[in-house]
Amino acid sequence: MSEPSTSRFRQALRTPVGITASIGLAAIIVLAIIAPILWSDDAAKLDILAASQGASRAHPLGTDALGRDILYRMLVATRLSVTLALLAAGLGALIGIPLGAIPALVGGRIGKLVTGFINLSVAFPTLLVAIFVAAIIGVGARGAVAGIGIAIAPYFARLSQTLSASVAGSDYLAAARMLGVRRVRLLRRHILPNVAEPLLITVTIAVGDSLLALAGLSFLGLGVQPPQYDWGRMLSEGLSRIYVTPVVALGPAIAITLGALSFVLFGEVLAKAAAGGGAPRWTRTDLSALPVLPAGPPTGDGDAIPVPDVLAVENLTVSFPGGSVPVRGVSLEVAPGEIIGIVGESGSGKTLTAMAIADLLPAASQLTASRFTLFGKDPRSLGEAERRRLLGRSLAVVYQDPMSALNPALRVGRQLAEVSEVHDGLSKSSATQRAVDRLGSVRIANPAARVRQYPHEFSGGMRQRAVIAMGLMSEPKLIIADEPTTALDVTVQQQILQLLREVSTSGGSAAILISHDVAVVSQLCRRVLVMYAGRIVEELDVATLVIGPAHPYTAALVASVPTMESDRTQPLASIPGRAPSPYDDSPGCPFAPRCPRASARCTDLMPPLEQRSAGHRVACWHPLQRGAAGTPAGVAVEDVAV
Amino acid sequence: MTAAPASIGAQRNWWAGRTRSAYLFRRTARLLVSLALLLTATFFMIHLVPGDPVRAALGPTAPASLVAERKAALGLDKPLVTQYVDYIRDVLHGDFGTSMTTGESVTEVIKQRAPATFKLAGIAFLVAMFVAVPLGVLMAALTRDSRRRGVELGFTAATGGLAAIPSFLLAVGLVYLFAVTIHIFPVAGRAGFSSYVLPVAALALAPIAALSRIVRVEGLRVLEQDYIRTARGKRLPARIVYVRHALPNTLTPTLTLAGLLLGGLVAGTVLVENIFAWPGLGTTLVQSVAEKDYPTVQALAVVFGTVVLLANFAVDIALGVIDPRSTILES
Repeated sequence: MSEPSTSRFRQALRTPVGITASIGLAAIIVLAIIAPILWSDDAAKLDILAASQGASRAHPLGTDALGRDILYRMLVATRLSVTLALLAAGLGALIGIPLGAIPALVGGRIGKLVTGFINLSVAFPTLLVAIFVAAIIGVGARGAVAGIGIAIAPYFARLSQTLSASVAGSDYLAAARMLGVRRVRLLRRHILPNVAEPLLITVTIAVGDSLLALAGLSFLGLGVQPPQYDWGRMLSEGLSRIYVTPVVALGPAIAITLGALSFVLFGEVLAKAAAGGGAPRWTRTDLSALPVLPAGPPTGDGDAIPVPDVLAVENLTVSFPGGSVPVRGVSLEVAPGEIIGIVGESGSGKTLTAMAIADLLPAASQLTASRFTLFGKDPRSLGEAERRRLLGRSLAVVYQDPMSALNPALRVGRQLAEVSEVHDGLSKSSATQRAVDRLGSVRIANPAARVRQYPHEFSGGMRQRAVIAMGLMSEPKLIIADEPTTALDVTVQQQILQLLREVSTSGGSAAILISHDVAVVSQLCRRVLVMYAGRIVEELDVATLVIGPAHPYTAALVASVPTMESDRTQPLASIPGRAPSPYDDSPGCPFAPRCPRASARCTDLMPPLEQRSAGHRVACWHPLQRGAAGTPAGVAVEDVAV
Repeated sequence: MTAAPASIGAQRNWWAGRTRSAYLFRRTARLLVSLALLLTATFFMIHLVPGDPVRAALGPTAPASLVAERKAALGLDKPLVTQYVDYIRDVLHGDFGTSMTTGESVTEVIKQRAPATFKLAGIAFLVAMFVAVPLGVLMAALTRDSRRRGVELGFTAATGGLAAIPSFLLAVGLVYLFAVTIHIFPVAGRAGFSSYVLPVAALALAPIAALSRIVRVEGLRVLEQDYIRTARGKRLPARIVYVRHALPNTLTPTLTLAGLLLGGLVAGTVLVENIFAWPGLGTTLVQSVAEKDYPTVQALAVVFGTVVLLANFAVDIALGVIDPRSTILES
């Protein structure tokens, strides 16, 4: 074993569980060695007068039918119990490991047969196999050890099969062979170190399991035969007296449990250390939790005025515990039927803005807004059921990755139909009929057959169509599409964009299209919001975006889009530097560190989002002048790419 | 819609149907081969017994004539191939011969004893599933997003402990607690509902612990998935999100483990039956092994082995139905 893995094990054994397991294991080994030497005579001492007693001062765990002290017998029995378990585990390893190596060594048909045999035999429970083998070999300690050894051999075989397959296929073995390393050395230097660790762990756990199985066999009277005795035998003797003197049965029961647990725990601690120690079982990713909207500050007088807009938010802020504020005071309105775009780099807060509107924020996040009206109502003020009804029928969301957005275990039709079943109270059949209809309307061929299929039978583009169709099950007034084409290839991207445009024009629904790609947004939207570091830095129509944006960041984004005229001998324009982290709390313009036009004022004070002309707002102290020099893209590149 | 895409769709569907029936066929073939192997193995069992099995069963004092007579009755004097053919034929006809110790028909003994065992194992399995799966899902729902650390710790500690204790020790503990200390349930025997409680608990507790842990971890994994966000985005009620969208995705690993547990349950019955003096196959097995009643042991090996194989088969088929991807991955 290499140096780092040794220290890894040492570290693992210092954890509370590791210490417990080590102490238990050490105690058992010491007992197994010294107990028979010290207490054999005490354990064998007959005292007919004190026969079949319960716990007493002289006999803490009582006496057996012949008046022998059970505590002494239990201690002395450690050796036999552990020795037999070691023998059984050893036998299992001896049979199983070579058996499992056969497929890697021989391969072909025989290897396949052996693999099949191993898979078959692993299915049989250890104890059953052990009983039948013991029936053949003969009842007794020998039969029990042989039975359990044979019964656990398949587990060793399975392990050695995977290990040998991975070693045989490894590059280092091939390299060593090429270098002409001799076979013994190959085994000693290259193969053994790589398989020793998992094998050792498995043997340790197998000893624990064998201990239990042996106790079970002896308990059934099929293992150790009198006058010999192990823990299982003592337990079965004790059980018959459990009514009168329960302690007699509980002593051996505890010994078996602790004994087996020590081995198994020790093995598991080693295994965990080998697997990389204290790493968490699963890591948290965002955007998964229940949509819980924490109540924001009171909405103020905004409620009194009738709102024609589909959506109006003011000062939307999303924060996470720990000081991360990925969305900072975003305000936006969406008129009925309007398609707006939100562009920005990844990490600019555009997706979280969308998810905040869609009420799909991660549970840990905190949402505040001075105003939040969706379809004329503040979702925060609604009860759970009412909010669900409002959003369920009027809001559709299209997600970034169609491969993971559909449930793999449910038929596509089911996933569409349930929307109408839940929100419109349609029957199963008419909801399915509507699903067929909607799949057809997103131009999925043969929708009647497709509804019965699972997502894995759909291609990526088709899945995204299905997700869009899912949104169309009700008549949405707002569609939020979060990077709907990012995960798709270019030809499919165009079709999906086209579809989104059609869907929103034919249904008259408004849409928010989120993308990092200016080109995508400018194809579909008339109005575009540019986000940077959680803020909207510019709001403009597509025409202005093309002619000449005012914010240097927008200009740089536009410049980074290659066009047919781009000089292909030049590297693609990119924006130097990196966006500030959502923890950053500096008072100035977040783009200032990357901005060629930045002045002292920029680093000191955040510029407000101010009206520049009709439909054009910008947050910049030093906005670009329209048509200042040559093509707008040229301006941007000159200005930004220093 | 034009004709061409429609036929493509139909073709795809046909393929999907084909992979599934191919899977079913493959899996059934495997079951049959396994059963044939099992029968062969059990046939050779009696021939692997060192020395003379009939002599061993009847004891050293039995007269040679009796031994010869029994051998002839068992057909052990015929050539091996004839014996094998006879054995397979008899087993397929449900004839397991006669017990060497009691002279009874083994088939009759099994018929008499099997219902008690299967009832016990079946109830324990159902209890385990019906407790473990909702418990695991509930725990996943409660502890998602690292909430309620206390609940999580308590649950993992309790189930970890329970899963580690083998069923027969658990049974002893249960007997001590509920039958000896507070006399709620009978200590042994099979009479009425109350006699089922302790054996079922002894069998089901460890599987419940193991299974609910898996379900919880799987549930947490699934609740992190994008499609759960999609389901929430559809504003489905929490019940539908958990039951329809999350649960089926936890079932693949759950069922796989459940198949193993079912096999383990069958083995567990052997021990638990002996603790509770349950008149089932488990007690018969131990008795016949101890008495070297080889025909009975042989028959029980066939019965127990078949149950294990069928349980695995059923789980694989169920997996294929619930998670159609597994039928493809399998090949």
